[in-house]
Amino acid sequence: MNPRIQLIQKRAAVVCTRNSNCHFYYFKACVLIFPWILISTWFLMPDDAIAQDPIGNLHSIVAPKVVKIVGTGGFRGLEAYQTGIFISDQGHVLTSWSYVLDRDPVKVQTDQGRQLAGKLMGYDPKFEIAILQTNADVSTFFELNDTATAVTGQTIFALSNLFGIATGNESVSIQKGVVSTRTQLNAKRGVFRNQYRGMAYFLDAITSNPGANGGAVVNRNGQLVGIIGKELQDNNSGTWINFAIPIEDLKESIQKILEGQIRVQMASGKPRPSEPITTRLLGILMVPDIVARTPPFIDGIVKGSAAAKAGLKPDDLILEVNGILTPGLSELNETLKSIDRDEKIRLTIQRGSQFQSILIGMYQ
Amino acid sequence: MIPVLFNLTFTIGWCIASIFEFALVLPGGATDDDVLPRSLQQDQAKRVKVIQSASDCTVCVFGPNASGGGSGVLISSDGLTISNYHVVDSGGPFFKCGLNDGRLYDAVIVGVDPVGDVALIRLLGRNDFPYAEFADSDLVRPGDTCFAIGNPFLLATDFQPSVSMGIVSGTHRYQYPSGTLLEYTDCIQTDAAINPGNSGGPLFNIHGKLIGINGRGSFEKRGRVNVGVGYSISSNQVVNFLDYLKSGRIVDHATLGATVSTNDLGEVRVSNILERSEAFRKGLNYGDEIVELGGREIQTVNQFKNILGIYPKGWKIPLVFRRNGRTQQITVQLSGVHGERELIELVKPVKTTGPQPKSSIHRKNDFPKSFQHLYRPKRGFANYYFNLENRKRIWHANQRNGNFGRQDYTWRIYARDNKQRDTIVVLGNQKSGIQIDGRSFVLDWKPTDVEAVINTDEERTILALHLWRQLLVNGPEKFGDISYLGSTPSHSGSGKNEILVGTQGFTETMFEFDSESGVLETIKLVVDLDSYPVELEFKNYRQDGDLKVPSQIVYRSGSGAAVILEIEKIEFLESSQ
Repeated sequence: MNPRIQLIQKRAAVVCTRNSNCHFYYFKACVLIFPWILISTWFLMPDDAIAQDPIGNLHSIVAPKVVKIVGTGGFRGLEAYQTGIFISDQGHVLTSWSYVLDRDPVKVQTDQGRQLAGKLMGYDPKFEIAILQTNADVSTFFELNDTATAVTGQTIFALSNLFGIATGNESVSIQKGVVSTRTQLNAKRGVFRNQYRGMAYFLDAITSNPGANGGAVVNRNGQLVGIIGKELQDNNSGTWINFAIPIEDLKESIQKILEGQIRVQMASGKPRPSEPITTRLLGILMVPDIVARTPPFIDGIVKGSAAAKAGLKPDDLILEVNGILTPGLSELNETLKSIDRDEKIRLTIQRGSQFQSILIGMYQ
Repeated sequence: MIPVLFNLTFTIGWCIASIFEFALVLPGGATDDDVLPRSLQQDQAKRVKVIQSASDCTVCVFGPNASGGGSGVLISSDGLTISNYHVVDSGGPFFKCGLNDGRLYDAVIVGVDPVGDVALIRLLGRNDFPYAEFADSDLVRPGDTCFAIGNPFLLATDFQPSVSMGIVSGTHRYQYPSGTLLEYTDCIQTDAAINPGNSGGPLFNIHGKLIGINGRGSFEKRGRVNVGVGYSISSNQVVNFLDYLKSGRIVDHATLGATVSTNDLGEVRVSNILERSEAFRKGLNYGDEIVELGGREIQTVNQFKNILGIYPKGWKIPLVFRRNGRTQQITVQLSGVHGERELIELVKPVKTTGPQPKSSIHRKNDFPKSFQHLYRPKRGFANYYFNLENRKRIWHANQRNGNFGRQDYTWRIYARDNKQRDTIVVLGNQKSGIQIDGRSFVLDWKPTDVEAVINTDEERTILALHLWRQLLVNGPEKFGDISYLGSTPSHSGSGKNEILVGTQGFTETMFEFDSESGVLETIKLVVDLDSYPVELEFKNYRQDGDLKVPSQIVYRSGSGAAVILEIEKIEFLESSQ
């Protein structure tokens, strides 16, 4: 355990001794650790633990597991880069789900300067994470069986390619900080515009920077603690919030993507109906298909149509059709081709920062 | 392995600390200090001590009209201080600087490097300033603890600088220039808070040694406050440029005269090369793969730019390149990025159109009269005064090896070259010549004759020898336009060579002196940009009466092999012949 956490807890205990009677617990604690002291007196304390500075070693161990990702963007205010981490020896890269991945494949670059093609394998809009398949043999990666949780006050290190500083064979940047607190991210609904609503580590390291999303937050042992979240700003005060999503909370979703349960495209071989459904038949007008992976936003709704009755609105983003991810317009259309126009379909949509499930059928 | 050990260390530390705490808590209450484990207390005490002495040599620089300013760091007891070019460029030649002893010092500009964003100023009035020592910035690793000291937001109105601590986030970073100025190459990235006003201030390692000069950060849409990404100019770059800055110049950065790009295979290849660049003359050509530059492997274009960026114009570095599988190594003397006139134009202060406040604290007269002589304006120089001082110093060191001023008649050198040919070199005030195996070449040199034709390698070689005698006999004052340039690592590897650069007519000559003995080691003569320079090396100095003279002269001209002259005798004649 880190002494800083102990200190924070002990300070609380000291306050406690001043205010009430906690001496007994303190005494008990000291009795419990007494055998430890006996053992530990065999060892000598180094005089200057800080001067020995093991963080450099930590960086050299962890940085090769973190990759730079370059994809779409590069427009005004939209950076074309972000960060990812290797999570398997087969080159699976966990990163954040964003417009950078709108092109397939994206460029994945290791700290050795090795360039890999990252193909989108699947993603989970709730956690805003995605997994890329690079099919590369990777010798060093984050073992998902050996991750850690962090408590308030614990020192953490954030590794990311913030601002796209690292290029070529340069390794990603490392920042140091502590976990300020661990709590729900939706504490101030409406003030922050973001989709993720679950638990988050709030950090005092300034990670809320362009391109940092998808980076690793590790503890002193180099164990993965969380994934750096997207840039997040308080609309009222302009304050930027630095947060990371706990890796523990992501494991189930990661597993599902890796096992193909959350998949992007349909399994082939299924017979296709002769008269499939289309968005137009439902009364949905989609945005024009302009880029490689245009996000399937609804542009307009035909008055009195099935879509209007079901409550769909312009600017809704279609995330899933019958549980199958639709990252782009072409994937959406491809998925609809496998559904007969007589069937009812379940759409998962995003409206603002809310998710909704909507049942819709042509003849409802 | 190491993180595990470290954790164990802390566990043990906690246990030991618990004993103390047990004793302290029971009597009923404790201070924060008492709760800290002993090792942390020791570390903290050590850190406070290091920061204290590091703060002593941190300088708060104040701009004119209290409108701006920044930070700096003392690097010598006589007050030499490194800062950023963008901190000093708005002021006049004189500054006011505060130290944490609570005193305000006068300071004068020494030299500037607008491309690398470095400036050298000198604090005045003491000869016992506390100063910081340089660390080797190539040994800095990401994760190293570091701290920045300076004057963020110009808070230090009482001259007590602010300290911020962090870790090194990245090394060998490249940050694009604005135009051709303020290019950050091979710099250190840190998460220690760097804010406006920290500019020019020091970044120290955990031992309080100087690893960088803080200059900028990534801000973009955040406004101009720290977002956890600051950049520091590496201490090694500053050390490379230090003598050039001391020369009082507006210093230029170096170029290879070639551009490179990465191909599909990830190889860095020459995509363009100037035919008059030294690299081209020594064999580098379009399409060659760059393998190593300055002793460092090249894998990306950024690395190539990083390495070039830390050297001043005139520096010599090794270059390894590959063509058709064959690897070759050459040493290239780097030329300047800018033409001389171009750089002066770029750094000219922009004339503000608004009304100028009349009560500027930078009016020259506000400074003590005793310091006024420390500034001399000259075109191409930030402060010519320091150039003259250095020129005098080098000449003075050279004179310890004998005064040639009295040998102002014809010199006659009897020698034998490496092809066993008898050679006689005759050097006079105007006419000089060389006789090899009975064949003679004579040069009639008038510096004012701009039409003079110097065509052959022999003529260029005689001219270089002629100028050698002229400098030794007449001294720098009478030589013509001659100034101190800076220093470069010496040929032998240890120590450095100090360079005087002189012009006569249309020629430019670099005289390199050994910084320890003071003797003249090499002469490099450039007659015009299109022809090969002539290089003379003076070796194995021996005592001849009260003069030290070389016993070997090696000369190289054109692309041919070096000629080695073994000197048998030097005659100083009584009258001109």
